[in-house]
Amino acid sequence: MYQHTRLTTNRLNFFQKFRNYDYILLFCILLLGFISLATMYSTDGGEILFHTKSHFTKLVVFTIMMLIMSFINIKYWFSIGYLSYLAVIGLLVATYLFGITSSGSQRWINLYFINLQPSELMKIVIILCLAKYFHRMKLENVNSIYTILTSLIIIMLPMGLVIVQPDLGTSLLIAISGIAVLWFAGINHKYFIYTMLGFVISLPFIIAFLKPYQKLRVLTFLNPDRDPLGAGYQIIQSKIAVGSGGIFGKGFLKGTQSYLEFLPEKHTDFIFTLFSEEFGFVGSALLLVIYVIIIYRIVAIGANCRSYFAKIFCYSFGAAIFVFITINMSMVLGLLPIVGSPLPIMSYGGSSMLATMIGFGIVMSARVHNQQLIA
Amino acid sequence: MINSSSDSVKKLNSINRRMFITGSLKFFIMMGIISRLFFLQVKENKKYLTLSDKNRIREWKLAPVRGEFHDYFGNVIAGNFEAYQLHIIPEQVDDFRYVIYRIKDLLELSDKEFKKVLKKKSQIKPWETLIVSDNLSWQKFSKINNHLYDLNGVKPVISISRNYPFKENFTHLIGYVSQANQNDIENTEVIKKNFVPGLKVGKVGLEKSFEKKLIGSNDIERYEVNAYGRRISQLEFQKGEKGKNLRLTIDTEVQKLANELLKDQAGSICVMDIYTGDVIAMHSSPSFDPNLFVFGISKDDWQLIRNDPMKPLVNKTLQGNYSPGSTIKPIVALSALENGIINTNFTVQCRGHKHPLELYGQSYHCWKKEGHGFMNLRNAMKQSCDIYFYEIARKLGVDKLSETAKKFGLGKEVFGDLFSIEKSGLVPNTQWKKNALGQGWLLGETIITGIGQGYIQTTPIQLCLMSAQIGNGGHKIYPRIVINDENKVAPMDKFSPLYTNSKNIKIVQDAMFASTNEVRGTSYKSRIDDLKYQFAGKTGTAQVKKITARDRELDLKTFEIPYEERDHALYVAYGPYKNPRYALSVIVEHGGSGSATAAPMATKLFKLVIDRHKMRQSINDKKYLEI
Repeated sequence: MYQHTRLTTNRLNFFQKFRNYDYILLFCILLLGFISLATMYSTDGGEILFHTKSHFTKLVVFTIMMLIMSFINIKYWFSIGYLSYLAVIGLLVATYLFGITSSGSQRWINLYFINLQPSELMKIVIILCLAKYFHRMKLENVNSIYTILTSLIIIMLPMGLVIVQPDLGTSLLIAISGIAVLWFAGINHKYFIYTMLGFVISLPFIIAFLKPYQKLRVLTFLNPDRDPLGAGYQIIQSKIAVGSGGIFGKGFLKGTQSYLEFLPEKHTDFIFTLFSEEFGFVGSALLLVIYVIIIYRIVAIGANCRSYFAKIFCYSFGAAIFVFITINMSMVLGLLPIVGSPLPIMSYGGSSMLATMIGFGIVMSARVHNQQLIA
Repeated sequence: MINSSSDSVKKLNSINRRMFITGSLKFFIMMGIISRLFFLQVKENKKYLTLSDKNRIREWKLAPVRGEFHDYFGNVIAGNFEAYQLHIIPEQVDDFRYVIYRIKDLLELSDKEFKKVLKKKSQIKPWETLIVSDNLSWQKFSKINNHLYDLNGVKPVISISRNYPFKENFTHLIGYVSQANQNDIENTEVIKKNFVPGLKVGKVGLEKSFEKKLIGSNDIERYEVNAYGRRISQLEFQKGEKGKNLRLTIDTEVQKLANELLKDQAGSICVMDIYTGDVIAMHSSPSFDPNLFVFGISKDDWQLIRNDPMKPLVNKTLQGNYSPGSTIKPIVALSALENGIINTNFTVQCRGHKHPLELYGQSYHCWKKEGHGFMNLRNAMKQSCDIYFYEIARKLGVDKLSETAKKFGLGKEVFGDLFSIEKSGLVPNTQWKKNALGQGWLLGETIITGIGQGYIQTTPIQLCLMSAQIGNGGHKIYPRIVINDENKVAPMDKFSPLYTNSKNIKIVQDAMFASTNEVRGTSYKSRIDDLKYQFAGKTGTAQVKKITARDRELDLKTFEIPYEERDHALYVAYGPYKNPRYALSVIVEHGGSGSATAAPMATKLFKLVIDRHKMRQSINDKKYLEI
């Protein structure tokens, strides 16, 4: 009965949308944005330089974009699921053909006003696409060969396009986003277990096919002291920075490891290291709490959605964000080999932030239109 | 709707179940990351904090300031001076090419020197200091300072460096410093500890022996550096300690005189206080300017020193092994008296070259062609009659002679291990010959040992010690050079008698007096009648080659013989005779006869040393003196 009455009020006016807003999530995103700005300011050596300014601009533009997205009905996002996937695949192909090469890999494409990294967008778009794919599917059809093959192709295609860039890290993250959807869609858990076993068994063969620098990364991960000034340098310096932070950290703008340039990639992949050095265990734990709240809110929004599409998107997006965060942190804390993966929102980089904000936008839209049913 | 709704319920159940599994997984992974953070930041914090400091803090050591050498009167004989240097930090220079060519013009650098500088530049990082010149003259230094407006990034620097104000006067005694090489660093702990590039350490002489005391300790600067090693800020400056100053027993004026006397000749002069053992002067000639070595000697200068036939690199006072010649005669006489072989009335007839001493077909000549006639001990010593000493040596035997000679300091290092280069000389006996050469001792060898020829070898410092111990009445003394050397313990047997009957010493002293102060004494011409300066001595003329019958016939004057074949001239003495205080030894290599060449030097030395005696006594530094 209750549902029925709500159905009649399906069309919300502007103020009702505002009332439906998840302010906790919004606050956490803005807080995270503020923290990332402060950290970026620190990486610039305590001055407002290029990185800070650029990060600020992106943050403002993409936050506004996210707010606008949240007012657009979730039905619309459902409808562009396949289209957006194809568009990003097109961008990846274009990147392969005319992309910009930087430090050995061809990841970026020049769109005249922005240098875009389509592989980052794919991390989100693949969720959108697969969520739409499974939305109407009956549970008994989910485990059919046809479905599994189709979804695997949907995942493999962008992975392949990203691997040739070459960018193993991002392609793995795309795969994880996709697999998250498959998991929530209800694909038999046996497949996951078999795949996992198969992966472990074939690991030696995979290593044999790895490029020399990738092998080096694995070896370095297993023993960073192997080549402390070469391949192991990043991870050793990162651990020193985090470890020397202590309980309360060295203080804002006082992180010697980053300030004196011992830290590599401090704007992007290793931003958490810098944060951790300056704010210590307490600060890092607080940052983790913020991330946990964000993920919790995303999942909670999913749980309260009536449409299956919104639910599966929110759950998968929450899981993907969680994986991005943990992989990045495990990497800088020396728990995983170095794979290029940014920390959502915190890391410098427009494409990553754009992708994350699109995800937040759709989640917000799902929240605002949580009673919306999609046929 | 119903159909789809039952399906959607199933779907909802499935997704919620899986969300629950995912959520639990997330929880465990999050806990893992938190515990990792805890491990790194709380548990291992100390370790990483240390590593971080090691990363960012780097120490720079600066060369320590070396201790000085002072003479007895406190004059600096090896000190420090301010060296004017020119440094450039290449990255601070806008146009390095322009500046370096400008400097080349201003300093008038040769192409070779210029290339060296450019090579040095290519070996360092751009923010490291390039030392263009380490010892500029004041003129060039001020010239650079006048053009500084035009030389952006060039730094005129005043740094501390070694200086030997008396140049060649103290070279062999003090030695010199030069850049530490790999050997110095590996073998000397204190150098390793204080090493900085460009550190100068003692290479020979006292500079080397007392390295530990002289070197001091580094100033230490701690800087925060970035990942590329560039200094960001200074954190700490730790002042080092200057090395200890050493005060020597040497009197610079006497040392200078010694240098003057031996000018253009090869030889050595030592002067010693016969009671304290203080070495008043110790000089080896020819010498060279040690300042040449401080900034690295040039090839030409080095070749000049190395190839000098007079061997300036050898410290003849300590390293020169000479036959003592007739200067051994006081010891031979003393030994004979002590062993009761002779008394003062024992007489031998010297009949000149026509009737030499014949022994097993060998003949042994006196130096005097006409012979001395009947000689007793006093006369034989006075006129240095060889026949007399052949005879008493024969009666005495080499073993007893060597015993006395060793007692008086011959045949072993005078300064112990103070100088690594010091030679021990050689006092032969029958046992020694059997061990070293595997042959039995021949009587003829005893005979020539009696006039200080043959196997016997002594260093000038040993002869000086010998005459000092005769001069002080036959008491043991220990020579010293460094006054404030705490490591040296005062020996227990200082002043213990070296004789069995003090009368015998008196007899020898009297004979030496006669040799210098009575008519027909060998050094009569060099005597000083003034009682204040009157001294007693013994000449010596050491053959460097066997005198053949033909040589005897020719009887050439010294200047007619080729340099390398001329005799060494020796002289040992002590004075003033009435109240003795100083002893000396003079050796002039290939100088001809002792009486003509060496003894006159003693005259001048005694005059100066005795004149300065009062002044020396007036420095009553109780802290140092231990008489």
